[in-house]
Amino acid sequence: MESMTNIIEVKDLGKSFGDFVAVKDVTFSVERGGIFAFLGPNGAGKSTTIKMLTTLLHPTTGTISINGHDPMTEPDAARQSFGIVFQDPSLDEDLTALENLELHGVLYNVPKETMKKRIPEMLALVELSDRQNDFVREFSGGMKRRLEIARGLLHHPKIIFLDEPTLGLDPQTRNALWGYVQKLNIEEGITVFFTTHYMEEADRIAKHIAIIDHGVIIAQGTSDALQQQTGTATLEEAFLKLTGSAIRDESSSTLDHMRQARQMHGGRR
Amino acid sequence: MKAIYIMWLREVKRFIRSKSRIVGSLGQPILFLVALGYGLGPVFAKAGQGNYLEFIAPGIIGMSIIFSAIFNGMQVIWDRQFGFLKETMVAPVSRLSIMFGRTLGGATVAGAQGTLVLILAMLAGFRPVSWFAIIPALFIMLLIALLFSALGIMVASRLKDMQGFQLIMNFLVMPLFFLSGALFPLNNVPSALLLVARFDPLSYGVDALRFFLIGTSMFSLTLDIGVLVGVSALFLVIGSYFFSRMEV
Repeated sequence: MESMTNIIEVKDLGKSFGDFVAVKDVTFSVERGGIFAFLGPNGAGKSTTIKMLTTLLHPTTGTISINGHDPMTEPDAARQSFGIVFQDPSLDEDLTALENLELHGVLYNVPKETMKKRIPEMLALVELSDRQNDFVREFSGGMKRRLEIARGLLHHPKIIFLDEPTLGLDPQTRNALWGYVQKLNIEEGITVFFTTHYMEEADRIAKHIAIIDHGVIIAQGTSDALQQQTGTATLEEAFLKLTGSAIRDESSSTLDHMRQARQMHGGRR
Repeated sequence: MKAIYIMWLREVKRFIRSKSRIVGSLGQPILFLVALGYGLGPVFAKAGQGNYLEFIAPGIIGMSIIFSAIFNGMQVIWDRQFGFLKETMVAPVSRLSIMFGRTLGGATVAGAQGTLVLILAMLAGFRPVSWFAIIPALFIMLLIALLFSALGIMVASRLKDMQGFQLIMNFLVMPLFFLSGALFPLNNVPSALLLVARFDPLSYGVDALRFFLIGTSMFSLTLDIGVLVGVSALFLVIGSYFFSRMEV
């Protein structure tokens, strides 16, 4: 299974929930050190695929290799090799920024000495050094996202998964955030796997793009190749041509209600 | 081991920091102690049953522990909805140790809450039969806390959102408390009620507390501790099974 050049290998991956097929025969690979964008309309199967890659969901069919490890049979080895920033915040708001990082470090078995060096480095990278002793509940959405990136990188992962990392952030924060990610990609050789609804981000950042719709991968390649293939001038046009312009309605989950409630109550519980 | 410790530490830190939660959760026990202890005291004494405040103090301690422990276990639902659960679910540690750390943390917090209520009860006039008996009583309090902390996590692992919380409060926690003999002696109740109480683990917890604190008990101490340990172990096993199968 292990491939020297590809750090993620996915073959014939499928996931069904009862009769509903969320992901079907998905096959792709991500080059070691590459930046990979996984695009698709709402409900296309992006999050389901990420959950399977990150050991949170069991696939119905197919195989996955994460840095040479099967998430099903060697979940802990696979987990050690990636960091993840989820679509929704996953920090403990009643702990400080520093405590959140320390908790992560302990869970990922980062040696104390390494933590002492790595935590200030990561905090500096995301420009939160002066806020390390503040409670996360006092942070803005952008600050939380930056802290999550610092946390996801703390244990020196080989891969970082970013699920819509820039959703709801202002252009300044978005720019800064991609800046950190690109810096790490170059300096530490971290493979980046991300999803986004902003096509210009995918166009600018990603070296390789896969587009998924209705659980099936419908196109793959560089941004230029996708534009050529569809005879369009921008990635957004190519995306719309491939996936159609019908608006997708995801059924609203409890989580959506909670998200709304959280926004209404100003980010506090 | 380190994962268990850090999850335990998280629960304890959150507890110490939420002053309003600590103070808030003392309100109900005080009300029960004062209103029932002093209010029903004369009736209880006339019926020849002795001092009611003495009698219910261990029951109220048990109440504060069961409420606090189950509430703490239910925090799994908050963590699920506010995302933190995912962070622990993708960490390269066994879910068993995550669940264990949380349970121990919740038990510590509930045990501390029970200790606070014991102190309050003593301020209200409650006197244990012997000061040395407080030490084994603290041990029993921790056992009760462990049992219901595991139960809370077990239930929370099966719930998707807070909507079910009221249901759990009204159909699990309240009956466990009211049917346990925390508020009334079990030796003269109708046999049906006694039968129900015998299936309620809190009955044995409160009974063991009474054994140490006021020197009377309904069941034997061996049975009390046996049930507490056995049911805790059972809930821990079922809880970790549910917890490990949780998908987020």
